[in-house]
Amino acid sequence: MEKNRLSEFLIEKSLVITAIFSIIIILLIVLFILMEGFPAFEDYGFFRFLFGMNWAPSDGEFGVFAMIIGSIYVTLLSLIMAVPLSLLCAIFMAEVAPNSIRRILKPVIETLSGIPSVVYGFFGLIVLVPIIRTNFGGTGFSMFTAALILTVMVLPTIITISQDSLRAVPHEYREASFGLGATNWQTIRHVIFPAALPGIITSIILGMGRAIGETLAAIMIAGNVVQIPGSIFDPVRTLTANIALEMGYATGLHYNALFGTAIVLFLIIIILLLIANYIQHKYKVDVGGGYL
Amino acid sequence: MMNRIEVENLNVYFGDSHILKDINTEISKNTVTALIGPSGCGKSTFIRTINRMNDLIPSFSRTGNVYLDGEDVYDPKMDVVDLRKKVGMVFQKPNPFPKSIYENVAYGLKIHGITDDDAISARVEESLRSAALWDEVEDKLDNSAMGLSGGQQQRLCIARTIANNPEVILMDEPCSALDPISTTKVEDLIHKLKKDYTILIVTHNMQQATRVSKYTSFFLNGEIIESNLTDKLFVDPKDSKTEDYITGRFG
Amino acid sequence: MRGLKSQKIISPKTSQKIMNAIFIISGIITILILVLILGYILIMGLPVVNLEFIFANPIDSGASGGIFQMIVSSIYVTLIAGIVATPLGVGAAVYLVEYAGEGKITKLTRFGAETLASIPSIVYGLFGLAFFVVAIGLGWSLLSGGLVLAIMALPTIFQVSEVTISSIPSSYREGSYGLGATKWQTIYRVVLPAAIPGIVTGVILGMTRVISEAAAVMFAVGSSLSMPLSIFDPGRPLPLHLYILATEGISLENAYGTAAVLVIIVLVLTFVSNYLVDKYQRKIMGR
Repeated sequence: MEKNRLSEFLIEKSLVITAIFSIIIILLIVLFILMEGFPAFEDYGFFRFLFGMNWAPSDGEFGVFAMIIGSIYVTLLSLIMAVPLSLLCAIFMAEVAPNSIRRILKPVIETLSGIPSVVYGFFGLIVLVPIIRTNFGGTGFSMFTAALILTVMVLPTIITISQDSLRAVPHEYREASFGLGATNWQTIRHVIFPAALPGIITSIILGMGRAIGETLAAIMIAGNVVQIPGSIFDPVRTLTANIALEMGYATGLHYNALFGTAIVLFLIIIILLLIANYIQHKYKVDVGGGYL
Repeated sequence: MMNRIEVENLNVYFGDSHILKDINTEISKNTVTALIGPSGCGKSTFIRTINRMNDLIPSFSRTGNVYLDGEDVYDPKMDVVDLRKKVGMVFQKPNPFPKSIYENVAYGLKIHGITDDDAISARVEESLRSAALWDEVEDKLDNSAMGLSGGQQQRLCIARTIANNPEVILMDEPCSALDPISTTKVEDLIHKLKKDYTILIVTHNMQQATRVSKYTSFFLNGEIIESNLTDKLFVDPKDSKTEDYITGRFG
Repeated sequence: MRGLKSQKIISPKTSQKIMNAIFIISGIITILILVLILGYILIMGLPVVNLEFIFANPIDSGASGGIFQMIVSSIYVTLIAGIVATPLGVGAAVYLVEYAGEGKITKLTRFGAETLASIPSIVYGLFGLAFFVVAIGLGWSLLSGGLVLAIMALPTIFQVSEVTISSIPSSYREGSYGLGATKWQTIYRVVLPAAIPGIVTGVILGMTRVISEAAAVMFAVGSSLSMPLSIFDPGRPLPLHLYILATEGISLENAYGTAAVLVIIVLVLTFVSNYLVDKYQRKIMGR
């Protein structure tokens, strides 16, 4: 019995460690990225790094502003295309489509989310880049081309999460609305959509996080020129691409500056996560008391 | 007396289960009819056939006919939207939308294409007054409906239904989630409404049936066992099963 | 309606019809996108894929020859990731459901998993380089790459396991306690066996995620073309190989072939996990 009690105790303690393991890893990641990135801020200056327009590692210039703008532009452009399509698709799946069609769409969405990003990048490189080149001129490597592929990549995220929040709207609301003679679309538009809105916004923010963090698709088709694009058909370099392109040969301050780039990326993701959490938290509390 | 609703040989199935069996009945205009019976006997399913709410359940199927003012409710040409405008419904659990009190009542008007704000305001007030709720919410119309008490929410749902100006109101155990005081208020409201509306109320509570209704139908296992004037049915039941039920021997 | 007239130009019924059409189109577009991408990759890639392509070594940096090394590398890193992440993820899930209940640790762990799931893979790549390759001194190796991928697979395995374990009816546990079993005996002999299908699904989902990763392993596995003999050797997993072939313009044909192999692996894994979910859910509902 003594032996039993001891092993129960040890098992419980080791399980605690597995439970806090992810937190430990996050702390390690933050620590190492900060440690390696910090010299860049120190030597080059934090604001100069953040808002500098000039990125020329061989000349000791490490301004990432154009990449921040590049990442944001590409992400927003892809959301402009992805949000309407994915919300329509989510509403279709949650509220309109008969079960037979749902059963087709569900694995389609899952497969889309499973396709490796390098395959998306490859498809963009081989198929989309030439199409854009022929139709819109330039090299075909552009913000728009990258945004097209990112659109497809964020679809599953937005569809899945917003579908869940549509499904979570109490059935009583639908009955009440139908009982008053509303059509299905009126019910969706005036009752279900507003009630699911916090979840839908969360899905969009998470989709945004996915787009801004995507590396390979961006690197393979966005063109990677360090500039603030004048049109959507100009090439851009994203933060992620900047790291992946140059890490292979970077040394010294250049190496630190690439970790610095990762810190910026990390901060953006954390801010998006905080916003998503805030919305979820706020509306979970408020959905009964406040109004939508 | 003119019959508002006639039901002929109605059979309802959910998948393989036979829920309603050969229902034949008539509901007269501007009266309150109570539907009583043990749980699962088909009362709720029955009232949901009248405004075709059962259509929302994929496994639903039906034979037989339901007529509203002589029109076949299940005629392929029947517009479900118009039908549900004419036949309002109040549910078991108060289910206001997570919107303001005003928006809840205005909802039906807006979805039916009314855009004149003054007209909507007037109808909202009128409906809230008819539902005996106006005095309690007059100065907080913009507050969320979710902040009202259960009884107020249910009266709000009734106001929301009245705003559509229906001819028939279906009530599916409207007081089962309410406390006694709120129940009394809703019952008083039913008395007030019966001169303008034909009301069908499903209830578990036999005292409630005797308090509010003129006619009562007793459902058992998907069949109507007996229909009569409420006074007669409770005092002098014709069928021994009715007698067993109202004397509390089962259910 | 008494006294009030409808002023809508488009009737609700018409707008319902228009919207239905728009909804159907959005569904069709989504399906078309998948068909287009998968179709293209498979039509272009499958003719390249044969036994020789799969079992031959790459020649001239992959310009010709096959992808055997890459398949071996991918298997290595994915297995390392699975072996490391599964006990961690399942252990955390067991602790949360069976010991901790709703409380601080539970919230913290869930937050940790969510955060891990949303860190961009390139940041993992840098962490792998700075931590496993340099600080720990594992060098460019399959082990470094596999450990980075273990961290990436962790949140998926944890989340699916948590849902599965908490869905095990408490009557199972009561039955075991009633026979005098200890907590761990109950977990080990009753709860975990009942949760196996769900846990396996979680592991497969996690593996699907990591077998597709290129950015996270870029700076951890090296990109050696020679056959890895142990987990301490560098290697080149399939996604990384595809990335290099495509961007360095080495061989379009072999890039198609590699992409097709990768897509087929992912399709099979997705299919298997779907099958398990389907079967498992039916089993639970059948009870």
